[in-house]
Amino acid sequence: MLGRLTWAAIPFNEPLPLLSAAVVAIIIGSVLALVTIKGWVPYLWREWVTSVDHKRIGVMYFALGLVMLLRGFADAFMMRTQQAIAVGDATGYLPPAHYDQIFSAHGSIMIFFVAMPLVIGLMNFVVPLQLGVRDVAFPTLNSISFWLTATGALLINLSLVIGVFARTGWMGYPPLSELPFSPDVGVDYYLWSLQISGIGTLLTGVNFVTTILKLRAPGMTYFRMPVFCWTALSASLLIVAAFPILTATFMMLLLDRYLGMHFFTNDAGGNQMMYVNLFWAWGHPEVYILVLPAFGAFSEVVATFSGKGLFSYRSMVLATLGICVLSFMVWLHHFFTMGAGADVNAFFGIMSSIIAVPTGVKVFNWLFTMYRGRVVFKTPMLFAVGFMITFVIGGMTGVLLAVPPVDFVLHNSVFLVAHFHNVIIGGVVYGALAGYNYWFPKAFGFTLDERLGKASFWCWLIGFYLAFTPLYVLGLMGMTRRLQRIPEPSWQPLLLVAEAGAIVIFCGILCQIAQLYVSIRARQRRLDLTGDPWDGRTLEWATSSPPPPYNFAVLPRVETIDAFWSMKRRGLRPVEPAHEPIEMPRNSPVGFIIAFFATITGFALIWHIWWMVIIGLLASVVTLMVFGWSDPREREISAAEIAEIERARLSVRQPA
Amino acid sequence: MSTTTIDDAVAAMPDARGHGGGGPAPIRTVVAYGFWIFILSDIVMFSGLFAAYAVLSGNTAGGPTGLDLFNLRRVYIETMCLLVSSYTCGLGALSAERRQLGRFLMFAACTFVLGAAFLFIEGTEFAGMVSRGAGPSRSAFLSAFFTLVGTHGVHVTSGLIWLMYLVAQVIAKGLSAPVLRRLLCFSLFWHALDIVWVGVLTLVYLMGAR
Amino acid sequence: MRYRALPVLLFGAPTLCSCTQGVLDPKGPVAAAEKLLLINATAITLVVVVPVILATLAFAWWYRSSNPSASRSADESYEGRLEFVLWSIPALIVILLGGVIWIGSHQLDPRAPIAAKADPLRVDVVALDWKWLFIYPAERIATVNQLVIPVGAPVQFRLTSATVMNSFFIPQLGSQIYTMGGMTTHLNLRADQPGEYPGFSANFSGDGFSGMRFIAKAVPAGDFSVWVEQVRGAGSALDESEYADLAKPSSDAPPTTYRSVVPNLFERIVAQTVSGSQTPGAGEVWRRPVRQAGG
Repeated sequence: MLGRLTWAAIPFNEPLPLLSAAVVAIIIGSVLALVTIKGWVPYLWREWVTSVDHKRIGVMYFALGLVMLLRGFADAFMMRTQQAIAVGDATGYLPPAHYDQIFSAHGSIMIFFVAMPLVIGLMNFVVPLQLGVRDVAFPTLNSISFWLTATGALLINLSLVIGVFARTGWMGYPPLSELPFSPDVGVDYYLWSLQISGIGTLLTGVNFVTTILKLRAPGMTYFRMPVFCWTALSASLLIVAAFPILTATFMMLLLDRYLGMHFFTNDAGGNQMMYVNLFWAWGHPEVYILVLPAFGAFSEVVATFSGKGLFSYRSMVLATLGICVLSFMVWLHHFFTMGAGADVNAFFGIMSSIIAVPTGVKVFNWLFTMYRGRVVFKTPMLFAVGFMITFVIGGMTGVLLAVPPVDFVLHNSVFLVAHFHNVIIGGVVYGALAGYNYWFPKAFGFTLDERLGKASFWCWLIGFYLAFTPLYVLGLMGMTRRLQRIPEPSWQPLLLVAEAGAIVIFCGILCQIAQLYVSIRARQRRLDLTGDPWDGRTLEWATSSPPPPYNFAVLPRVETIDAFWSMKRRGLRPVEPAHEPIEMPRNSPVGFIIAFFATITGFALIWHIWWMVIIGLLASVVTLMVFGWSDPREREISAAEIAEIERARLSVRQPA
Repeated sequence: MSTTTIDDAVAAMPDARGHGGGGPAPIRTVVAYGFWIFILSDIVMFSGLFAAYAVLSGNTAGGPTGLDLFNLRRVYIETMCLLVSSYTCGLGALSAERRQLGRFLMFAACTFVLGAAFLFIEGTEFAGMVSRGAGPSRSAFLSAFFTLVGTHGVHVTSGLIWLMYLVAQVIAKGLSAPVLRRLLCFSLFWHALDIVWVGVLTLVYLMGAR
Repeated sequence: MRYRALPVLLFGAPTLCSCTQGVLDPKGPVAAAEKLLLINATAITLVVVVPVILATLAFAWWYRSSNPSASRSADESYEGRLEFVLWSIPALIVILLGGVIWIGSHQLDPRAPIAAKADPLRVDVVALDWKWLFIYPAERIATVNQLVIPVGAPVQFRLTSATVMNSFFIPQLGSQIYTMGGMTTHLNLRADQPGEYPGFSANFSGDGFSGMRFIAKAVPAGDFSVWVEQVRGAGSALDESEYADLAKPSSDAPPTTYRSVVPNLFERIVAQTVSGSQTPGAGEVWRRPVRQAGG
């Protein structure tokens, strides 16, 4: 009746997962209770859940990323602790089966449900504003994308409570991930959660490619677009070109597991090396999907807080596109040790080094933007400088690993783990946090507390170095990754330093939470009345904070790079031209509803509840058909309404 | 000079919308472009399946090979069905653009029938192979074959369901602008499936039955 | 500037204690060459990285808004010559590195045999759940979790896995290589000094992964022959049923030896025609998830 779901799926006899699940359930329960009692449900449904406004969707993505950061970090902290104490004969507190699930969940959550949502959240919020238009190309599809991502996050978290998660690592290599070696639901949770959220991500890619190439304000030629939009475009092109590979790969693994096929099995002609190739053909572009928008955020931040235009816009764009193309030609460096031979290894090693050229050029460009500028050290700029130092070190270790014989002794060691955390934390996380501090006032109308922002920066910086420098050293000493028990007692001091680093990072996260709380409490004193708190250069700063639903009453006419900066310098007068009514898309519950049925379908697939699968799929199709029947639903914002909003905005805004 | 209305901008650069500095493109362009990008992503997914097929086509695990299984005459017939259905789809699109409801419905019906014929032939092919013990779980080659060709078949099936749904919309609401946009997307989809099939025909059937 | 001292401390101090084990303590020519490559590649990249880090700190400090003596320029200046230099520096480094990569990859190809005065020793390696089986085809003996090799002799490994993907790695002797079911990979190593070197799997393979360690013992050539004779004189024979027993999942297996091995055992494991191949079902003790999921 319920497939293979039984009461035994709930970990009644295991204190640790049971406790975590209970804590999470209590937190979620309290939040839901609070929301219901305070009567916020209609507001939340109307203004957020059914919203198709890119600004709201961007905020929700970012919030999802931050919440999942807590889960991913909890996993990391448990791993660090286990490795710090399970040395020599000590067994630690996490038996192998648990530990294996934790590191698999840590990687999967951090990549797919923290880094991706943070980056896509920034893209969602900022890109239409910077392009001077009113929304993305397909707003309702945007909502569907977000809610499908949330479905994936929900499913992966359900595995904590009902059933188990994969014990294969976040990459899910076969044959370990095939039925004979992973017969339980764990790998199915992994595959379906990522397959569903992958659809959402793919639709985002399609949405943003179309938006950036086809929807820009009049006069905004390609070379007048802000650099953040160029990086968003590159990331979106990468999504469109790479995510379908992951879809196909996971489809094949699912067919192996569900229908007994032999794509990657040990027997009947399956080829496990093909999985590795296909996975990394997606996997390498994926890391550039994550880091390119972070680079874009830094380009905006460095230019704004140096009071100077970005040095060499053209080469920045060229470098971005170069990275975009080259990222498809390096994937084999993830498995030099699989034995492809010297010619193949050398080719991919050289290509991997070549990709360091445009990346290096970008770093030089940021450097020379600061040169002879007037650098103001607000929190975003601190993250930018911290990034420039940290990411360069991470890039260096990456180039070292790109030398195949060097990789032969460092592959899968904690040196590798340190390298990729170096570039992901130093690049993506710092970029997301810089963007968060930078664009928060635009999204919410008040600035974030500076002191706590700076405190969180220092904790993240010091914490990162404390946590990961020991791993570089341990990797050289021969420590491989994913160890549940540490064989060498001499490694323990370094592991304890790494544990301290994790604690310091935790303090950084606490500072961020405190920063948010304190800023909300003090928001009346921190209002951003001008819409331009940082003396910005790009069009999003020309709107009020937060912008009206339609962004721009009249689409701006763009004539230069850094359009807003040049408008300010030429004297922007607060004119009140005659307004025409604006048509904006109506809110729609279709995203939420489809995600609801997708959750049911995914859960049913995992547990083999076939009748539920059929119902879930049918319901999703019917939902699409019902909502696809009506013609585009739009609501009109009347000219009078617009005039009133604009008058209110201009009365508080000081003339530029 | 700060901001002007979009009309001024458009007047200054006629027909430049959606290109360079011409301002936002008209909605029909945006929809078609976006759907085209989606189709490109779908083709990337198919290319992953093609790559898997190429790698695994020799891994027959002692079981039947393409030479044993493929009936090129039936493949020729189903290919013709699909290609002609693309032609009728194109004719239907032209009729729709000219607001010729009757002709559109006729061509849509032809497209549907030919697509369904394709699926029927493919279905009998699959059933025949399974009954001979050459199902997808027999060997890696067969897994790759069934998945690649089967995924294409699932796309064709979805296309037929979509076509019925769109015909219902046309009958109920007429050939309005939003309906025409959706028909445009369907046409892109249907032609793209044709292109993928040409790849399948060449790489799987013609090369496999040598 | 407290953050300047921190990386120095963090990098400097621990680096000292990493020199007595692992990658930075090579005991054979492959590991030594790889260590040299690592150091050279690091030096080459530091040529760019150190100035960039210093320049970042310097520019950030000097051009801070509160510095009255810094010259400012509000206008964007496009300097073609500067840009040419900025592209050239990384490009030149990468060209140099490209040469290093091409030559190094060919010289240190795992499949390339190592020249030496002594006769080569052939060892077949099978990764099991979660232990290592070493078959000496010429000597017709086998060991578990214990690899004894003569000093100075090049060892030609053929490797496979009886279950999932693993990676055979002895850091102090050099390169690792994946071991995969149904396939054979090749590796060539040589130990130039006697000693005991830790070895393990470097690719996660399941719950018993942490216990999948072995010792590689390099002994003088004379001692090696003595050892072979000792092994032949004691212990059980590795036949099909013994292998089926061995293939049952277990971890932290103590080093054992087999006085004889059935011929072509390695080839049959690769061809997956030995009983005991792919018997994950026997692994209930290890692979049973902590709660039942049915199925």
